[in-house]
Amino acid sequence: MYPAPFEYVKAAAWHDAVDLLKEHGDDARVLAGGQSLVPMMSLRLASPTHVVDVNDIDGGTIRERNGTVEIPALARHAELERSPVLASVCPLLAEAAGLIGNVRVRHRGTLGGSLAHGDPSAELPCALLALEGTVRALGPEGERRIRAGSFFRSYFTTSLAPSEVVVAVEVPAARDRSGAAFVEFANRAGDFAIVGVAAVVHLDDSDGCRGVRLTAGGISDRPVDLSEPAAALLGQPPNEALIADVAGAVSESSDPRGDDRATPEYRRQLVGVLTKRALHRAWRRAAGAEP
Amino acid sequence: MRKSPIALTVNGRTREAWVWPHQTLLQVLRDVLGATEVKYGCGEGVCSTCTVLMDGESINSCLMFAVQAAGRSVTTVKGLAQGEELHPLQESFLAHDAAQCGFCTPGMLLIAHEFIGRHPQPSREEIREALAGNLCRCTGYTKIIDAVESFAMDRKDPASTPPAGAAPR
Repeated sequence: MYPAPFEYVKAAAWHDAVDLLKEHGDDARVLAGGQSLVPMMSLRLASPTHVVDVNDIDGGTIRERNGTVEIPALARHAELERSPVLASVCPLLAEAAGLIGNVRVRHRGTLGGSLAHGDPSAELPCALLALEGTVRALGPEGERRIRAGSFFRSYFTTSLAPSEVVVAVEVPAARDRSGAAFVEFANRAGDFAIVGVAAVVHLDDSDGCRGVRLTAGGISDRPVDLSEPAAALLGQPPNEALIADVAGAVSESSDPRGDDRATPEYRRQLVGVLTKRALHRAWRRAAGAEP
Repeated sequence: MRKSPIALTVNGRTREAWVWPHQTLLQVLRDVLGATEVKYGCGEGVCSTCTVLMDGESINSCLMFAVQAAGRSVTTVKGLAQGEELHPLQESFLAHDAAQCGFCTPGMLLIAHEFIGRHPQPSREEIREALAGNLCRCTGYTKIIDAVESFAMDRKDPASTPPAGAAPR
């Protein structure tokens, strides 16, 4: 249970990291928080010849500008969880980050690392998809912007090219009269979630539902957008009965995978229960009825 | 591949070591610097008995390479006590017989200490959740939770708990 030997290289800037990845190809791995990579190396599931440490790169701070929240890739989960900026303009990411692993993992793990790792049951990819966020990736050809909807491809697979790195993430700032919630179910506190659900509800001036976003993690090879079946909420003032109906329809329309932790039927049941909770909480928050 | 020199602070003392890139902080703390109070359990971030504070924040020392700790300040469970005088949280563990084999105790103490520092008035449920990542294979959780709960309740003044890591004592 020890990592195999490797060459350790520190990148001083993102373009250095790209150069190093280009030079060493598939044998190189980016080391950010190391909370997924290092266990994989200890289990010998990964044995890179070169490890490119990006922790010393100055990526800036979390900030909001003209309705867009910009978050550096190296923001740690604990930073997202405690950020006053996110608390006011992107509470969904803060709530999702607070559910990741345990406190030690949150002290080290990074936003960019979690997205690039592409675990289909992870919280941040699911939240980013709900927020219709954008990943900013730097590669040999320069920087490009990838929408969350096309970033996650399959199990632990993203649309990042081999020598591209995530440098930052952008999400639209939460609008007035909108509320968001992230809820999940895990067998043990801090364990990987079996299913996680993110919801954003936007109300109009007469308390009708003006917009809804709903995504789920843990049910497929990547986070899944369930906004379409949830659109039955649109135009109506949400209430508990309506939300229960919508959650039932969302659960029906979902097509979860099964594995050694849960059957497809159990996951479908969880999608319904968690959707109900997430929509309910997001709606109450949009209406200012709960914090 | 070659070794490189690093200097870091361990419980307030500057220490130096030559390390391989692939050596984890846990390996170097134990095998090179003799800090055997940091335990090796699983080596893959599951059991948390290798918990240390890095610049005052808890981490799994098995999930960080020693080269990354250069210039940083590490606090192990030995940093909680002041010489022979145990920290009140350690006293509470003794009073409640919260250690059976003792292997998980260093991680339990550091995490409980950090948690109570941030959440001075926790419910028993919150304590259980905070300790959920620390595995005790004797399964003596009840007494550990009793000890942490009693420590939290006994503290009259939250400010009286000395911080670990920030100012090792």
